[in-house]
Amino acid sequence: MAFKVENLTVYYQTLRGDVRALEHASFQLVDGEIMGLAGESGCGKTTLGHSLIVLFPPMKYISGRVEVDGEEIPIWDAEGMNTHRFRKISLIPQYAMNAMNPIRKIGVMIRELLESRGVHYKDILPELKRRLDLVALPHEVLKMYPIELSGGMKQRMVMVISSLLNPSLLIADEITSALDVATQKAVAEMLVEFRDREFVKNLIVITHDISILYQIADSILIMYAGVLAEKAPTRSIIESPRHPYTRLLISALPEVGVRFAEKRLQGIPGNPPLLLNPPTGCRFRERCPLAYERCLEEPPFIEVERDHFVACWKEYENHAQAG
Amino acid sequence: MLRLDKVSKIYRVGAFGGRALLAVNKVSFEVHKGQVVSLIGESGSGKSTIGKMILRLLNASEGKIFYNGEDIAGFEGEALKNYYRQVQGVFQDPFSSYNPIFKADRIFKVVHEEFFPQVSDAEWGERVEKALSSVGLNPAHVLNKYPHQLSGGQLQRFLIARALLLNISFLVADEIISMLDASTRIDVLNLLADLKAYGLSILFITHDLSLAYYISERAVILYKGNIVEQGAVEKIFNTPLHPYTRMLMESVPRLDRKWEKEITLVERDVENLRRGCPYYHRCPVGEKRCAVDQPPLVEVDEDHWVACVHYESGADLVKPLSLAGQEPHTVV
Amino acid sequence: MKKRSEVLYFTLRNKKLLIGSGIILFFLILALIGPTFTKYKPLEYASPRGAEPPSTHFWMGTTFFGQDVFSQFVNGLRATFVVGLLGGGLGTLVGMLIGFTAGYRGGIVDEILNAFTNIVLVIPTLAVLLIIAAYLQVRSLLMECLFIGLTAWPWVARAIRAQTFSLRTREFVDLAKLSGMKPLRIIRDEIAPNMMSYLVLVFILQFGGAILTAATLDFIGLGPTNTISLGLMMQYAVLWGALPFGMWWWFVPPGLAITAIVGALYSMNVGLDEIFNPKLREI
Repeated sequence: MAFKVENLTVYYQTLRGDVRALEHASFQLVDGEIMGLAGESGCGKTTLGHSLIVLFPPMKYISGRVEVDGEEIPIWDAEGMNTHRFRKISLIPQYAMNAMNPIRKIGVMIRELLESRGVHYKDILPELKRRLDLVALPHEVLKMYPIELSGGMKQRMVMVISSLLNPSLLIADEITSALDVATQKAVAEMLVEFRDREFVKNLIVITHDISILYQIADSILIMYAGVLAEKAPTRSIIESPRHPYTRLLISALPEVGVRFAEKRLQGIPGNPPLLLNPPTGCRFRERCPLAYERCLEEPPFIEVERDHFVACWKEYENHAQAG
Repeated sequence: MLRLDKVSKIYRVGAFGGRALLAVNKVSFEVHKGQVVSLIGESGSGKSTIGKMILRLLNASEGKIFYNGEDIAGFEGEALKNYYRQVQGVFQDPFSSYNPIFKADRIFKVVHEEFFPQVSDAEWGERVEKALSSVGLNPAHVLNKYPHQLSGGQLQRFLIARALLLNISFLVADEIISMLDASTRIDVLNLLADLKAYGLSILFITHDLSLAYYISERAVILYKGNIVEQGAVEKIFNTPLHPYTRMLMESVPRLDRKWEKEITLVERDVENLRRGCPYYHRCPVGEKRCAVDQPPLVEVDEDHWVACVHYESGADLVKPLSLAGQEPHTVV
Repeated sequence: MKKRSEVLYFTLRNKKLLIGSGIILFFLILALIGPTFTKYKPLEYASPRGAEPPSTHFWMGTTFFGQDVFSQFVNGLRATFVVGLLGGGLGTLVGMLIGFTAGYRGGIVDEILNAFTNIVLVIPTLAVLLIIAAYLQVRSLLMECLFIGLTAWPWVARAIRAQTFSLRTREFVDLAKLSGMKPLRIIRDEIAPNMMSYLVLVFILQFGGAILTAATLDFIGLGPTNTISLGLMMQYAVLWGALPFGMWWWFVPPGLAITAIVGALYSMNVGLDEIFNPKLREI
């Protein structure tokens, strides 16, 4: 298994107590898998993505295990993670366009970054230039300041930097939200290209926009209120979702050229629970049309079909009956 | 009902305002009673500027805006207030629309004081409750709370309720659901569509084509302040004509089909961005003449207008220009 | 936790604020009730002998001329607080007026007010005061307050203008306009309350700054001619040989008092900033 997360639990420390932002998340990725991490605001996807690489206060590690290429990495140890950041795991942050130091020339910034990881700039330079060609950036950008680049160019630059040392896992945090449509497509396709050329082994693409994931992701993991709801190959999620939340979510998307006059789409009434004191049992139960008594107990995240994981008692029963 | 006639907005930039930035360039379109028209464009297209000009939050540099035949630029004092009884706006960021130090329902109090001072408190309270119910909110749950205690969807509905209290005829909805979650978006959108049934006209400003297609009858596509295509929404979506519209339709991620082969990103060096077609610098089928003359908006089919040299009025249009196999000039 | 009680919670925990306000309170009480305990007027020649160290009769000793230092001290404290309040208050008010107008209106009004602000900012206040002092035989405390207030407002105006600019573009201001609110009402009811914490901080800084400026002016001889203040005490002390003769009771108390008061004010300011700005808080 290229990437494995077991029972990861991370809370946020606040004045009012611990916000239970992520609870016993477990999933795996095979080599080369691009997984989309989707959900609405407050579902915990950013917590999950960030805890893998930048678990700093106010985030608090509670329990869980993360393995990359069979080796456990100490996400709770901010210092110890230094050797792994950028090498084994890397992150393309949100608002990457503002992530570059404005008073450093880009080449100098890269050199400093590499030296801090014990890599000589000169050794990497040929590969760096090859990658710049791949993303259609001229080599001269290394001598420029970030402010001289356009938004799309900065985004591509940050993508190149984040993946320079061929990390096993690259986490892309909402990198397409602030871009115009054409650049969004180019950037998303570039992520796939990185995987195809084996610059990175696995990608986790965090976004709220499921239609982008349909275009580029192999599998999608849906989160709700801090727990994993469903993980399945992309097609299954879109065409045959099993978790009630996923079903409602997909049907609420006016993507398929639907008009109000023809078909009125439905949203999901209610709000997600506050995670300071989450309800017992399934966190979706208060809004779920299929909820019944068993839902007072939290459903396990289990494989009901090949590569298709769901956390729902109804589905569990269907699966138990079927096989 | 609402008509824009060659409206432009010019900003002075640079030291001492030497240069001019054309945010909106001679835009003309109409919204009829009970109609929903979408103003579609990406950031920098000028769509929000147009919304603000309609709401008199900005003044038009050129051209006129007519509401029921009257030029809104002339409204002052009482006349302006009257205009606001009929035309209101809801904006993108629900949390920025509220003064954070006051409770959320203060917005109703302000409307009461400014527009309906003669109505008694008791009756006003009833009206507020009725308005809240009609937007799908339970008054007991949402009154007396601060903005940070409510969700984005609830706050947006509050603003729609406020507009309803004024009994408006025209609403400018500027990206009102882009900051909401997918599950609440559709409900707010449905709410708008329901209000349309009561005779409300809406200018729906968005960058999201699928939402526009869902809710509106007509669409206006903007690029850098210019209208490049407009008309009945099915025509624009099913047969997009302008190269920019086609690029949008091809690049937008959809759930029913995958992206086709790569579109060529083109970037040309244009000496004078003020002349010629505004899309020329990125157009894969741009020609020499496009750099010189700006093509006018012509009706190439019933209720389908395009501003592109490749489509001429009355011409035998029907096959949209094929963009495949065109030679790009420079790749960005 | 509600917003109000959250503020209270932090207020009561913040050492800088508590210690600072404690010090100010102490001196304020001293200034208010101190003069009722004095046996002599501050400028009265109380003792035939001069330069006496503190004793049971004269709690802070006497000056070179035999005046009661304690009486001078507590009366001077009063003058100091008056200058802080009036001078600082005037500066804040003028700054608010100009800052709000420039920030909200923008355009040509802003340009004019900005130019005016910049001009006043670069005026060498000391030089101007020297010239005024040369023409006026008698200077009162009120005049000093006026002068300080009218020259300290520029940076207040600038800061308020900047804040108003950023608040003006927020959508709730647009909504207020769409509700038919007049500009004055918008400034008063929407923008200013939002900046309340900021305005409090500004006033405290002006208060401290006014005291410091007054002390400086007094010390170099440009202070009021008909009352006593802490700065004037220090001026006389130095002029009349307190240093070589070791009359520490004459110049140390006023100097210490000014330092303590101004320091306490700045400390309160930092503390308040932490309270109002959630990002600066430590959990």
